[in-house]
Amino acid sequence: MLTLECPYCGVMAEETELAPGGEAHLKRVGPGSTPEEFEAYMFARKNPKGVHFERWRHAYGCGKWFLAARCTATLEVFGTYPAQCSAPPQALQDKIRARRPDWKGF
Amino acid sequence: MSEPVSALGHASFDGFARIREIGPLGMLTLRARPDVAGLTAALAAIGVTRPEPRRMALTGERGCGWMSPDEYLVILPYDEANAAMAALSQQLSGEHHLVANVSDARAVFRIEGAKATQVLAKLMPVDFATLAPGELRRSRAAQTAAAIWAEGDGFTLVCFRSVAQYMMGLLSHSAMPGSELF
Amino acid sequence: MSTRLQKGGRLIDRSRALEFSFNGKRLMGFQGDTLASALLANDQMLLGRSFKYHRPRGLVASGAEEPNALVNLGTGARHEPNQRTTTTELFAGATATSQNHWPSLEFDLGAVNSWFARFLPGGFYYKTFIHPRFAWKHIFEPIIRQSAGLGKAPREKDADRYEQAYAFCDVLVAGGGIAGLQAALAAAGEGARVILLEQAPVWGGRAPVDGDVIDGQPAETWVKATIEALGKMGNVTLKTRCMVAGVYDHGYVLAEERVADHTPGDGRPKKRLWRIRATRIVAATGAIERPLSFAGNDIPGVMLASAVRDYVTNWAVSPGDRTVVVTNNDDAYRTALALREAGLSVPCIIDARSNADGPLPQRARALGIRVETGKAIAWVKGGKRVTGVALCLQAGEGAPLEEIGCDAVAMSGGWSPVVHLWSHCGGKLTWDAAQAMFRPDATRPPTSHDGQALVFAAGAANGALTAAEALADAARAGASAFGKQPGPHAQAAVSIEAPLEPVWIMPQGAGPGLKMKMWLDPQNDVKVSDVQLAAREGYESVEHTKRYTTLGMATDQGKLSNINGLAVLAGALNTEIPNVGTTTFRPPYAPVTIGALAGESRGDIFQPLRRSPIHGWHETHNAHFEPVGLWRRPYCFPVGGETHQQAVNREILAVRSGVGMLDASTLGKLIVKGPDAGRFLDMLYTNVMSTLPVGKCRYGLMCNEQGFLSDDGVVVRLSEDTWLCHTTTGGADRIHAHMEDWLQCEWWDWQVYVANVTEQYAQIAVAGPRARQLLERLGGMDVGKDSLPFMTHAEGTLGNFPVRVYRISFSGELSYEIAVPASLGLALWERLIEAGRDLGVIPYGTEAMHVMRAEKGFIMIGDETDGTVIPQDLNLDWAISRKKADYLGKRGQERTHLASPDRWKLAGFETLDGSVIPDGAYIIAPGVNDNGQRNTQGRVTSTYYSPTLKKGIAMGLIRGGLKRMGEVVEFNTVSGGTVRARVVDPVFYDKEGEKQNV
Repeated sequence: MLTLECPYCGVMAEETELAPGGEAHLKRVGPGSTPEEFEAYMFARKNPKGVHFERWRHAYGCGKWFLAARCTATLEVFGTYPAQCSAPPQALQDKIRARRPDWKGF
Repeated sequence: MSEPVSALGHASFDGFARIREIGPLGMLTLRARPDVAGLTAALAAIGVTRPEPRRMALTGERGCGWMSPDEYLVILPYDEANAAMAALSQQLSGEHHLVANVSDARAVFRIEGAKATQVLAKLMPVDFATLAPGELRRSRAAQTAAAIWAEGDGFTLVCFRSVAQYMMGLLSHSAMPGSELF
Repeated sequence: MSTRLQKGGRLIDRSRALEFSFNGKRLMGFQGDTLASALLANDQMLLGRSFKYHRPRGLVASGAEEPNALVNLGTGARHEPNQRTTTTELFAGATATSQNHWPSLEFDLGAVNSWFARFLPGGFYYKTFIHPRFAWKHIFEPIIRQSAGLGKAPREKDADRYEQAYAFCDVLVAGGGIAGLQAALAAAGEGARVILLEQAPVWGGRAPVDGDVIDGQPAETWVKATIEALGKMGNVTLKTRCMVAGVYDHGYVLAEERVADHTPGDGRPKKRLWRIRATRIVAATGAIERPLSFAGNDIPGVMLASAVRDYVTNWAVSPGDRTVVVTNNDDAYRTALALREAGLSVPCIIDARSNADGPLPQRARALGIRVETGKAIAWVKGGKRVTGVALCLQAGEGAPLEEIGCDAVAMSGGWSPVVHLWSHCGGKLTWDAAQAMFRPDATRPPTSHDGQALVFAAGAANGALTAAEALADAARAGASAFGKQPGPHAQAAVSIEAPLEPVWIMPQGAGPGLKMKMWLDPQNDVKVSDVQLAAREGYESVEHTKRYTTLGMATDQGKLSNINGLAVLAGALNTEIPNVGTTTFRPPYAPVTIGALAGESRGDIFQPLRRSPIHGWHETHNAHFEPVGLWRRPYCFPVGGETHQQAVNREILAVRSGVGMLDASTLGKLIVKGPDAGRFLDMLYTNVMSTLPVGKCRYGLMCNEQGFLSDDGVVVRLSEDTWLCHTTTGGADRIHAHMEDWLQCEWWDWQVYVANVTEQYAQIAVAGPRARQLLERLGGMDVGKDSLPFMTHAEGTLGNFPVRVYRISFSGELSYEIAVPASLGLALWERLIEAGRDLGVIPYGTEAMHVMRAEKGFIMIGDETDGTVIPQDLNLDWAISRKKADYLGKRGQERTHLASPDRWKLAGFETLDGSVIPDGAYIIAPGVNDNGQRNTQGRVTSTYYSPTLKKGIAMGLIRGGLKRMGEVVEFNTVSGGTVRARVVDPVFYDKEGEKQNV
């Protein structure tokens, strides 16, 4: 059972205090998008074995959504960060690259 | 009009810790960003201290808890809630905020005694040894949401009113005589 | 005969005799006994029967690895099957019965299976019961179920209670032997918060039995002093009777504490499940001795050498006057020495190695014990009890050299580290050829959230089998687990032991006749011959072989059989053991009671049932409740001897002709406020909410991004920048989370706040032609037609209650929903009931509400919708804005499939005979599909008897929808027939909506 540190309130929360929200950094497409674009937004997920970015909500705590970078194979957590961004912070990307030199990047 | 009644009519249980349902307490939810102008003063105007992150600032029968970066829980006597809500709205008018009276939406419990921590440690995935003085911790108790803070000779626990009976059951079960953890 | 020795027994208190019973026999034991040691002391060698052949089974081990000695423990509401006698502490009044035999333990008809053992080889089940197909269900399975299984499942509700507790630490040490103690000392000395758990009731593990000397004192003295020292440290928590069952991701550990197992009925929880979050874990879980595979090694009286030593030393129980020791290592000589010290006879030590000249064998020889090297047991003689062994050459095929009479055999095939906790989270193993064991590979540990090692193996669990090695290893592990360098540690006297010689089959050239009698897994009756057969039949993977032969699938999960089995498999496949590998170690280490996993969640606190502020009134007024999410809502309020259907019909007619009250407190209520709130709601709802005037109400629909209808409710504009959104009862938390999601993750620059005030208010629907009359009796605010028209709201007081009143209707009648602070909800409800008594006011439940809304053709989320329905399917186009450029679900609804004219769309249905269409019925279409099933063209979504119209009414989805109006279609029925119904307008009652707008 995972533990993730909520970047908003600093609580190291266990999985039962969190609600999962799937892949992070999806870019919403709405009316006017092509079927292919909409399909990609709605259904296409990376589901990698390795470095992954995902959404979590501190549901039983401060209620905030945050994002987490972790390795789906080893469950190593590289970091958590606020949801109000469209890409992981550079410092976190650097840390991931240090831990996973063969990572292809965000 | 009738008198407001708490969810369980002040039910209590004596185990290795004492469980009491109290209330209803006056409670306001205030949503506002920390940088809102006049926030500290607005809270002071209704007699509470603006808390540090993750803290409950208690002053007598009043208190103000940090619930999230843009949410506070104001505690005060039940009868004062509506006036305080109006005062807060007045003080913060012109600033983006939301204040709601949630006095009736909650049930409040006291868990008291030297081993009160053990009652909660059976229900909450919380490391009580690292709980800071004055810390307000939001988590869950078994299967339902709960917020706790240390107060007096034990803890105060706040949960939703609809699950008050469940919470009383949990706390009583956990405080059963002879079931001390250590 | 096994018996109690006159002296000794380090764990028993002879001054405290305990009476207990086994199969009705009254027996005596002592405080400190396990059930196993007490039974053995009473000469109860035969304890059960094996699973397949019903062979006699006795004790093999003295701990959690015991495969045989399982019993039914307790009676009635305290009955528990499959309790391991070796880990069950004896208590006064314990009642145990043996398992898996019929009619009796001594005489078991099932034992005939063993006469046919030749015909019941590995994979027997798969081979035999395949044909004919029907026979499995009707013949084989019932017979197998009758004869299979171990203990009897309890029939009564468990009289005991259970609980859980959370704990946190820097270093969790699993295992309270000398390695665990040393590791705890090392970590705690550096300041770590340490939890040290031991599964047994006593500390110290094997060292006190083995006679180790630590820091110049007997191990027992050192253990006692160390526990005292640890107990005085404020940063150390000590627990005995607490087994670490599993290690999970990020240092989550489950441990089961046996709080009152040994004191049943004393009011304490029987068991407690600890949910521990440990930064690092030290696995000081020791090692388990391996049996040897020789013919007849399953006969009662053949035991692990270490277990024999335990019974003699710990509990002063002799397994027999004469015990033959058979071994491939020096350690087993300790058993011979312990037996001799207790005054018992050791006729022979049979050592498979060609030489045995270390200090321990020399001591044995010095005592005059006969030591036969290069020898083996050809077979064990005896039926329900060992009577002797046949000696042979280990190098040969088993020709007997001599028969040696004995009552017990103590066997040792070497030791296997308990690597379970290391392996649960993916720690890898390495084959240690010198010690013939798999041990943790420190270079490939399980890792935690920081990518660093999570588990540190220590002592025997890490392959450090001697006390001196174990202490050094544990000091290293304990300090490393807290990121420190090891400091000084306790020193044990060095004992020199010669290396073991791996022996997987005894004798090595044994033929098929002997191999068929060599048990690997005595509970499930898996023999050397079965594994070899599996290999011949092409099974190469150890995981497949396990399932094919059932090796290691018994309740001990292969603790004894695993390594021997895979060694035999490696031999049969002519490969090395590490190439075969091990099966996967999964939690729990030993069985955990389901009661402990459930914890407090049973009875009244099984789940957090939600109760409205008026719930108590409903209970006292005979409400029949139905679950709606976690809420319990009154379904109806039967009066007198009414059936539920009668009550529902009465309630509907009373509302339609008079006035009724519904507890609507459970409806979700979300306040949405801010400069961008209107814009936000326009994105969330399919229609426009930003234009809703203050004081007005508007019905709205919410969809998910796919376009599917997710929730509905009435939106109220409270002020210029504040709206109140009603959600469905089940939708409050979900929609609140949905709103926060979009506000936090997509439109985070929009200025909107949401507050969930669902539980702040009790909400009472007052519906029916006399509703206004009732409210006016309370006095206060004006609820007249003109001052509070349909679809508006107002704040004020009713009978001095502070209220907000909404003129909205879900029944189609004149209707008010009154919100009042929850703590006044019951008082207002009672006031209304009282005030309306002469108006005939009645409480009505959710079913009346459902029927009335169906009579009006109103949809219900969850009935008309199932996550694949878009609003357009329900003819709700009027509630979908065409002007808005965007809203959640708009793009999804534009998908070609969802815009197809062939979609099933909402219509009403009336059966031609007035009957009620069955729930879930489909509308039949011509022809059959690829599976030979009848084609369908629609389905019913809501179907009721309407007491208002005195006939069955229904809504449903049908291809083409209302374009089919007037057509007669066929619904299937439960009995296999069909019922004919006409497609009609789904609004059955008051089509013009006049009644609600008066």
